[in-house]
Amino acid sequence: MKERIRIGCGAGFSGDRLEPGLILAQHGKLDYLVLECLAERTIALAQKRKRQNPDTGYDPLLERRIEMLLPVLLNNHVRLITNMGAANPLAAVQKVVEIAQRLNLSLTVAAITGDDVFHQLTGNETALETGKPLHTSGAILSANAYMGADAILPALATDAQVIITGRVADPSLFVAPLVHELGWSLDNWEQLGQGTVIGHLMECAGQLTGGYFADPGRKEVADMAHLGHPFVDVLANGTAVFGKVEGTGGMLSVATAKEQLLYEVMDPSRYFTPDVVADFTQVRLQETGPNQVQATGGRGQARPDTLKVSVGYEADFIGEGEISYAGANALGRAKLAGAIIQGRLQDRFADLRIDYIGSTSVHRTSFGHYPEPYEIRLRVAGRASTAQQAALVGEEVEALYTNGPAAGGGARKYIHEVVGIVSTLIDRNQVVPNVTLLSA
Amino acid sequence: MKTKLYDIAHSRAGDKGNTLTLSLIPFKPEHFELLRNQVTANAVKEHLKDIVAGDVTRYELPNLPALQFVCQQALTGGVTTSLTMDTHGKSLSYALLEMEVDVQ
Repeated sequence: MKERIRIGCGAGFSGDRLEPGLILAQHGKLDYLVLECLAERTIALAQKRKRQNPDTGYDPLLERRIEMLLPVLLNNHVRLITNMGAANPLAAVQKVVEIAQRLNLSLTVAAITGDDVFHQLTGNETALETGKPLHTSGAILSANAYMGADAILPALATDAQVIITGRVADPSLFVAPLVHELGWSLDNWEQLGQGTVIGHLMECAGQLTGGYFADPGRKEVADMAHLGHPFVDVLANGTAVFGKVEGTGGMLSVATAKEQLLYEVMDPSRYFTPDVVADFTQVRLQETGPNQVQATGGRGQARPDTLKVSVGYEADFIGEGEISYAGANALGRAKLAGAIIQGRLQDRFADLRIDYIGSTSVHRTSFGHYPEPYEIRLRVAGRASTAQQAALVGEEVEALYTNGPAAGGGARKYIHEVVGIVSTLIDRNQVVPNVTLLSA
Repeated sequence: MKTKLYDIAHSRAGDKGNTLTLSLIPFKPEHFELLRNQVTANAVKEHLKDIVAGDVTRYELPNLPALQFVCQQALTGGVTTSLTMDTHGKSLSYALLEMEVDVQ
């Protein structure tokens, strides 16, 4: 057992930047690097790709990230844990082996499967969000259970240097190496509660180090262009000290840590994961040096008997169109354009949204106390069951050039296919994790 | 004296389905009592009436110190199917910070 381990987090979402993870692997003196790349919707989209080609369905950036990181990870003896397997961890490890062979590297890669419970669901299970059976939301594309640290532990007991999972709860990606290396146990709720606090603080990477935080003049963060991602030193007693690589940009402070501790938290005294019901209310954060914050006091209660299942379904299509107005009476002309579109499309779209970008488009209000902006962009969005129908929105907005108010410019149109997400619960005994090893 | 929350506190927004979470963290710990007294769940629901359709629940974390607001039916259907631009509601922390409080 180790007295202390260091874990870095080099990605906090699928599209996250590549360089901070590389810097952590190169200069972070890490034992483990975690890349968290799997948002709720990502796995459903990945499942769609897998249906078209069974060799795909893993994270679209996997190749680029692995190619860049693999030589450094092996050279510096850093183990990688990532959920980039998305809908297809087995294809992902095959791809990693392929890359290793190309680079003349030898290693063992582990795939963790078992989260895909698509064939175990009937569709009659109740969706937590709607209170109705899952199938009423739409045709089901994917169903993945959030597995816990226990699913990763068997792979950590092997000599695999790269461990690739599908759906695992984000904090569990961190809890697993803590349990494995520090001799913690899966029924010590205090340890797992503190481990979950650590994982929760780390899982969004740059959001702990000044990303999603900076506000010039109010919350100053240095050198955002070179924002570093965090690492954490964890002692066997659970004390955690967060830091970042010397020379990287960003900031790690009690203020950034507080924002991240509460990020996406519903009841702070009952934060549910597959490992534990964690209690964040007694957490103490303390600055112990420049860009260094210590966290103690995470607690917990027994883990839930059920696992959350994220279910992706075919929703529909969203069509969008945008056009700008500037100068005198810009808002007046944009609102006239909005009324024209309303008149032309309202009979064909049950669900049509008209926004004025620069005024009330993101907060749906301006609290009545901001002056009219110099320029404004009309944005229209409508939902439809076919791409062809959704396209009408952009077509009508573009047609405002010659059939709308004075001086409309810069029209753009888009169509998106929409995957919806609902969730349900499954008995944890129905989810059986499995490890597959592959060597290069 | 009336002041915006923006002048004395910071906030981060998070999403879970159609639910919005908003933290409220005073820059100075001594402002926590003022926030606790004035930024009640009802006051936040009233302030965000154009944004939040459902209930607002407040959790207190005096240790940090911070308040946490959980706002139901706040994301016009949630990240995956909403027609709005900011489907996650990531910008909405600054809607909370527009709220005014009395500072002595």
